[in-house]
Formats: sequence, structure tokens, C-alpha cells
Amino acid sequence: MSVTDTPLISLRAASFGYADRRVVDGVSLSQGRGEVIALLGPNGSGKTTLVKGLLGLSDHLGGEVLLFGTPLARFRDRPRIGYVPQRHSLSASVRATVREVVEVGRLTRRPWWRPAGTADATAVDEALDAVGLRDREREDVSALSGGQQRRVLIARALAARPDLLVMDEPTAGVDAANQRILADVLSALAARGTSMLIVTHELAALHEVVTRIVCMDGGHVDYDGTPRDYLATHRGHEVGDGHHHHDAPDGPGARTPGMAAIAGDPLPPREVHHG
Amino acid sequence: MGDLLALDFMRQALVAAVLVGLAAPLVGGFLVQRRLSLIGDGIGHVALAGVAVGILTGSMPVLTALVAAVAAAVAVELIRATGRTSGDMALAVMFYGGIALGVVLISKSSATSPANLTGYLFGAILTTSRADIVVFAALAVVVATVTWVLRRRFFAVANDEEYARAAGMPVMGYNIALSVLTAVTVVVSMRVVGLLLITALMIIPNASAQLVSRSFRSSLVWASLIGVLSSVSGVVVSFYAETPSGGTIVLLAIATFLVLGGVTAAVSRARRAAHERAERHEHEHGPACGHPAVVHHDHVDYLHDGHRHAPHRDHYDEHDEHERADTEEATR
Repeated sequence: MSVTDTPLISLRAASFGYADRRVVDGVSLSQGRGEVIALLGPNGSGKTTLVKGLLGLSDHLGGEVLLFGTPLARFRDRPRIGYVPQRHSLSASVRATVREVVEVGRLTRRPWWRPAGTADATAVDEALDAVGLRDREREDVSALSGGQQRRVLIARALAARPDLLVMDEPTAGVDAANQRILADVLSALAARGTSMLIVTHELAALHEVVTRIVCMDGGHVDYDGTPRDYLATHRGHEVGDGHHHHDAPDGPGARTPGMAAIAGDPLPPREVHHG
Repeated sequence: MGDLLALDFMRQALVAAVLVGLAAPLVGGFLVQRRLSLIGDGIGHVALAGVAVGILTGSMPVLTALVAAVAAAVAVELIRATGRTSGDMALAVMFYGGIALGVVLISKSSATSPANLTGYLFGAILTTSRADIVVFAALAVVVATVTWVLRRRFFAVANDEEYARAAGMPVMGYNIALSVLTAVTVVVSMRVVGLLLITALMIIPNASAQLVSRSFRSSLVWASLIGVLSSVSGVVVSFYAETPSGGTIVLLAIATFLVLGGVTAAVSRARRAAHERAERHEHEHGPACGHPAVVHHDHVDYLHDGHRHAPHRDHYDEHDEHERADTEEATR
């Protein structure tokens, strides 16, 4: 194992994109053990591309990228990063139980010819407990609500016992009650010292969990600091009072905050706060 | 049945039927999951070109068909991986080019008859040589074994390719492996069900299995079971009724699907009538909700103010209200 003070992620002037199109340009960022970073930014700001670059899903186009101290190009220990993708539906084409989906997380921890053992079963049990879905492990995942499916995906990532959880919009499209449960799950993980990098539109749902906020716009990082400073300088945008999240123009009615966040893209242009 | 087993060719045919009935739905389960149900049909078209080359050159048609089908399978995955919209048309060119070439080449061969062509297209297990059966059997065992060993990885890749890639799994490798297994299954099955019908044996038992199973694992087991029953009974019926084995097997598989569909629809209608929804409440039952958990058959109920709430899809059902009295004091 590496020394504990080696950053989990260390980027210096890093660029990511697809083919030769640069989406993220010249980003420097470092995440230490135990940090929970919210990565904010409007659509198209490059936050998802950045995260996908770390996961090997978008192209690394320049700069230095170290994962657990190893350069990205030589990094082979992928299971150390647990990825929770943004997905709205799980396996609608065939039946699959909650447990079967979570067991997928263990596959990269053993060679292809070895069947699952007791260590795998224990890790899956623990992951299901961590998201509060152990009692529903034998159900068809497609029968669960959107928020519960998101927790299944978190459990799948946890089953590999990763050193870092990378989540893409974990609360998007999830109703308020389920957002609270998700936030509780993430708080419990954070309390256990789990490091997380969370791409999100909805800081309000997660503001008790995050220890640091990084904002991106136009492929660059334009804010990196504590939630307290962020609140002071960006008050009234993402960090609401917990009742109304955004000033979306289309009536506050019965809409779910998650859907409004996707449709309304509540983050204002960052330039406003410069100068 | 005894007189049937006394016939040498019939014993061979039944062995082939068991192996094909087992392997085809097993591979097909993952094709259904990947929404590539019809890919076996296309690979079968290309296999016909391989058969024709084998017949023309006097070599074993099984081996030339295998080479053509495996090459097509690898090409399918490579074309799909480019992600271009024109990939769909490239597949059409390849598949129909294959079957057209096969038909033209076979017509030029003096060693074959139209009946022979029909045998490859629709299955003719009773006229298959012993040497071919041995090759088929060995390949079918390999296909079933490899598919079963790799089933969790195939499941993972088909379920969420992006996650599998991020976790460091060789996604392309598994996709090509599944495609090659499909190709081998097509060739192995061509004498039993035929190149034009093999996809039915890969997919329809899975459609039936989806109706009766609750997990992916059990759906694979059910599909194989239904596949074996359909293909064995299909071979037996085709012997007595003097019908082609392939069509008979597929009709039996479809009949199974229709019967199961009718039964499960009736059962779920009865269940819906008996099903009582719990009152709406904001919180979700779980380890932290404060309501005692009770194991009830295969799931967990929660005691909520003296009655049992069982999770069902996105709401809760009332379970066993008559037990209220015993559990009253257990709440809160």
C-alpha cells in the first residue's frame, strides 16, 4: 500500500477530452484521503469529462495526472476507484436482483476463473448494509425506485472496497425523500472516512457531507475552497436553506428538485463573481 | 420411446438435441441482455457461405462454416465498437452477402441437392453423420462451460459497459468472446434447428424464463431447462410425425412460451386482486427506520403501528393483518 499522505488524485495542468477536442483544459487539483469534494459547474463545464478522464473513459490530452501516485497511463489498479455512474434505469432488458448487480463490484477483485468466495459475500453484505438495501437484496432491481437504484449503484462500487468513490450526479432525478436517504448514506460513508469525488448540480442535498467544493466552468476550475467560503461568496445559488433549492422560473409547485435541477441548470455563469 | 433409443441415429440425435438445447439459450440469455437478440440470425447467414465453400472444396462443411461464422462474429463486434450509424448497414451488407454467396455457391456444386440446402437452413438432425455429431457435441460442451464460467462477467459488461470499463474489465474482449460463442453455437446447432431457426432456440426459451424467474441466474437455468425440453421433445415429435426437426423444436419452444405467459398473467392478476397497499408514508423502511424488522418467507416485513409493511416495487403492501394482536406490543 502507498504512503497515506500520497494524494488519491493529483492533477497538474491536466487536459481531458474526446479524440482531439479539449473539454477540460489545464486543471490542477489534488484530493487527499478522507476528503469529500463536490465538483460543481453548469452543463458543458467539463466536470463529467474530468471525472471520466480519471476513470479512463475520456482521453487524457495533456498535463500530469497521478492516481495514488501512479501516472494515469500506467495505472492498472482500477478497482481502487469505485465509480457510481449517472443512470436512471438498471437492467430493464432482463431480470436481475439487487444482489446480483452489487456482486458485479467484486468481479475485478478476483481472477476470471475463480468463483465468488466467502470474502466476496461478506463484502457484498457490507455494501448492501451501507446503503440500507440488505433487506431487499433478492428483489428485481427494475422494481426499485430511482433513488433506491442509485443506492444499488453505490453499493456495487462499495463492494470492491475502493479507496475513492467517484459519483456522477448521485441525486439527480431523485425525489426529496429519497435525496435525504441518499445524503444520509453518503454522510455515513464520509463518517467512516470514505473519500469521495461527487459531481453534482445539487449542493443543497449534500452540503452536510462535502468538505470541499470545486467549481468548473468552460473547462477550467474557477473555485476551489471550503463550503463555508463558498457559502459566503456564492450565497443563494446552490446552497439553499433546504426548502427551496433553486430560483427556477417555472413555478415551485410539486416538482421534484432533482428534475428541476436537470431542466433548469441553476448554476449562474461564474464570471459574475470574478473581479 | 424404447424403440426410439434402439436406433443408433436417434441416440445421436437426442444427444445433439440435449447439448444444443442447453448451450443455445445459455448464450442467448446474454444476447437478450445486450438487446442483440437477432445477431445470431445474421451470423447464421454468413455461416451458410462457409457451408457452401466446404461443400465446393470437398472439405468438412462444419469447419468452413465455423471459420466463416467466427470471422463474422469478430467483425460484428469490431463494427459495433466504432459506434458509427453506418455500422448497422455494414452488418446488413455482411449478413446478406453471406447468405447470397452461400446460395449461389451451393447451386454450382454438383455434390449437393436442394434438400441438402434445406437441411442446413432448417435443420435435419436425422441425416447428420456420426463424425459431425461428435464435433458438435464437443463444441457444445465447450460453449456451455465457457459461458457458465464467464457468466458474471458477461452479465457485468452487458449490464453496464461504462462501469465495467471504469472498473478495468476488458470489455471489448468479453464482447468478442460472447460473439464468438454465439457463432460457435450457430454452427453447432445448424444441423439440429438450422441456420435460419437457431436464433429462435437462443432467444425464445429466454423469453419464457423471464416470465418465471426472479434473478438473472435463475433465468439462465430456466432458459436452459426449457431449451433442452423443447429440443429433445422436438426431435422425438419430428421422428414420429415426420416433420423437420428445427421447425418442430421452435414451435414447441413457442408453445411453452405462450402457455407460461398465460399462466403467469393469470397468477399475477390473482395476486393483484389479493394485494393490499399500505398507507402512504414519507420514510423508507430499513435498518434505521426504527420499526422492527420481521423475516417473512423470502423477504423482510416491518412492523408499523401493529401491522406489517412489506416492500413491493416502489410502495409498501400490508401483509398478514391477522397477526396484528401478537405483534402489537412489539412496536415502538
